[in-house]
Amino acid sequence: MLSAILIMALGAVVLGAALGYAAIRFRVEGNPLVEKIDAILPQTQCGQCGYPGCKPYAEAIAEGEEINRCPPGGQEGVTKLADLLGREVKPLDIEERPKQTACIDEQRCIGCTLCIQACPVDAIVGAARQMHTVVSTLCTGCELCVTPCPVECIRMETIHEKIDNWKWKYPVFEMKRVA
Amino acid sequence: MSPLFKFKGGVKPRTPTTHKTASAQAPIGIAPLPSILVVPLHQSIGGHPRPLVAAGEIVKKGQRIGAADKWVSSAVHAPTSGTVLAVEERLAAHPSGLPTLSVVIEPDGQDEWIELEPIDPNALTPERVREILRDSGVVGLGGAVFPSHVKTEAARSMLMKELVINGAECEPFMTCDDLLMRERAEGIARGVAIFRDLLQPERVLIGIEDNKPEAINAMRVAVKAVGEVFSVVPVPTRYPAGGAKQLIRVLTGKEIPADRRSPEMGVQCFNVGTAYTAWRAVAFGEPVLSRIVTLTGNVEQPRNWEILLGTPLKEILPLMRPKADTNRYLMGGPMMGFELPSLEAPIVKASNCIIASSPALFPPPPPEMPCIRCTSCAQACPHELQPFELYWFARSRNFGKTQEYKLFDCIECGCCSYVCPSHIPLVQYFRYAKSEIWSRERDKKNADTAKARFEFRNAREERDKAEKAERLARAVAAKAAEQKAASADAPTDAEAAKKAAIAAAMERARAQQENVQPRNTDDLTAAQREEIAEIDKHRAPPQ
Repeated sequence: MLSAILIMALGAVVLGAALGYAAIRFRVEGNPLVEKIDAILPQTQCGQCGYPGCKPYAEAIAEGEEINRCPPGGQEGVTKLADLLGREVKPLDIEERPKQTACIDEQRCIGCTLCIQACPVDAIVGAARQMHTVVSTLCTGCELCVTPCPVECIRMETIHEKIDNWKWKYPVFEMKRVA
Repeated sequence: MSPLFKFKGGVKPRTPTTHKTASAQAPIGIAPLPSILVVPLHQSIGGHPRPLVAAGEIVKKGQRIGAADKWVSSAVHAPTSGTVLAVEERLAAHPSGLPTLSVVIEPDGQDEWIELEPIDPNALTPERVREILRDSGVVGLGGAVFPSHVKTEAARSMLMKELVINGAECEPFMTCDDLLMRERAEGIARGVAIFRDLLQPERVLIGIEDNKPEAINAMRVAVKAVGEVFSVVPVPTRYPAGGAKQLIRVLTGKEIPADRRSPEMGVQCFNVGTAYTAWRAVAFGEPVLSRIVTLTGNVEQPRNWEILLGTPLKEILPLMRPKADTNRYLMGGPMMGFELPSLEAPIVKASNCIIASSPALFPPPPPEMPCIRCTSCAQACPHELQPFELYWFARSRNFGKTQEYKLFDCIECGCCSYVCPSHIPLVQYFRYAKSEIWSRERDKKNADTAKARFEFRNAREERDKAEKAERLARAVAAKAAEQKAASADAPTDAEAAKKAAIAAAMERARAQQENVQPRNTDDLTAAQREEIAEIDKHRAPPQ
């Protein structure tokens, strides 16, 4: 009887020590769920969700925030998040818009650098009292540069379909009317 | 002769003639000069050539109008002499019907060449030959338009065993390669020799489908005439024997894995038309300005024509004389081709065939029926894929699964759609799935870049803030230390030194003033003194 209790107790101590060591040795930095959520978010860093960037929103979702706050991610993003988190798919709370890119009217730019400071991904090039311009391949279309501009020389342009980003459409068939 | 191998699947054309005879009767015609040329700058896989001309400029035939912007890119040339009307977005020969940057040229009718430099092909280094190929716009004319100079580099890891020349031309209706081989076999053979010299393979195999006996004969005669040892191999007529991977399989027995390129397996494949243009480019300096196009289908006059690149479709209608019930035009063959969006679409390097279509010739597809999993498609697939599974996943937008089932091995040959008893347009689903996956990959890449840049920016701001705080702290500390040091030493020292310096300076000034000799008021005459007194009297303020 006593030996059985001792063996079990010894087992518990050994396993507990092993688990305790593993918890310290193989400690995971940060919340892995946040990383997974962050990977689904579109990384526009636009703040339309009300959080200062995609990572903070991912952290908030992991804490229980709604998953339908990200318009750039679209309804598809919501579906992916719902799949990951096992939550209900909800419609987006803000309307989804086509992809955009910022465009600076270079004639009107006064070189104030305010937009450069606002851009979350450093996609605007320029210097004080020099003309600024947007590196369109890096622009995420977050619109954060539009409001700081004192001369309103930044506009958002919808990215139109070109041959390079054109997609074959899902095959659709017209139903024939039976007379 | 080495034995031939077989590829799995494929389809046997229903009729032995496969509509090819109609257009193969007449020799290649030279199309008349069109009234306008719309030359797209992007005519090959890879980069977008940048325009070298502007509106209003006069160009000569063969003048480069678009320069390759990177290694996998190919130059574009003016097909005839004339005036550049515009460099602008014009409708592309593309299923999307979207515009692409094009050079619009109004021919002047002179057809005047630039000065061509005669080249000695034997004196050229391989690097120079590749440069010539790139700057002459030599690309794969079989339809894939991959820049040829890129393909002439052998893999370092593998000795080149075979060079395969593709004259199979398996698509029904199409006869442009057939006629080219019949009429210009010697040029092709010499072009093959250029590729042979670049790649140094052990043997050269020219594969031609056995329904083209004239072409096979012509090629054999030409190979003998130029004194080469290329073997001309008739291959069984079975669609898609002209697919590069299929032809390599038939001739060499090698199967190219999806994740590797053919040079890594010691084999490379070129189209006969590409070999011909390579020879014209290297031996004569002539860039690719035209191509042989089969005009056939629902037309009065099916025939092959040599047509200048950039000729709009509407300008070649008189050559083919479409019948009254023609409702659309296909570019490429009936299996892999697509409908041209408009009569404005130009002939490009990829346009091997234009088929006038009518509801009688190609009836509209019957409605799609449910898949009954009969696996006819799997039996027909030359890549041994399972199109019925791919279809299922593509239809339900389960793109991850389509990739597991090797969607990207699909060459879109259309065999599966052709044999499907339920008339499911399988290839359309696969194209849809492929472009969705590409688009997602692009988005993912952009998101990753944005994330990295955002994180870097945040890190930089943190660093800047820390550095600024540190600088401030250091400045405060330095000031405090200075003050402390100042209060410890004699405080008057510095001030006393300053005062002494000022006093010394004043002393120096006084001494200088005194030393000025002679003074201008000494040694004056009586008259001068009187004058001074007079002036002083005037100067004195009135009483």
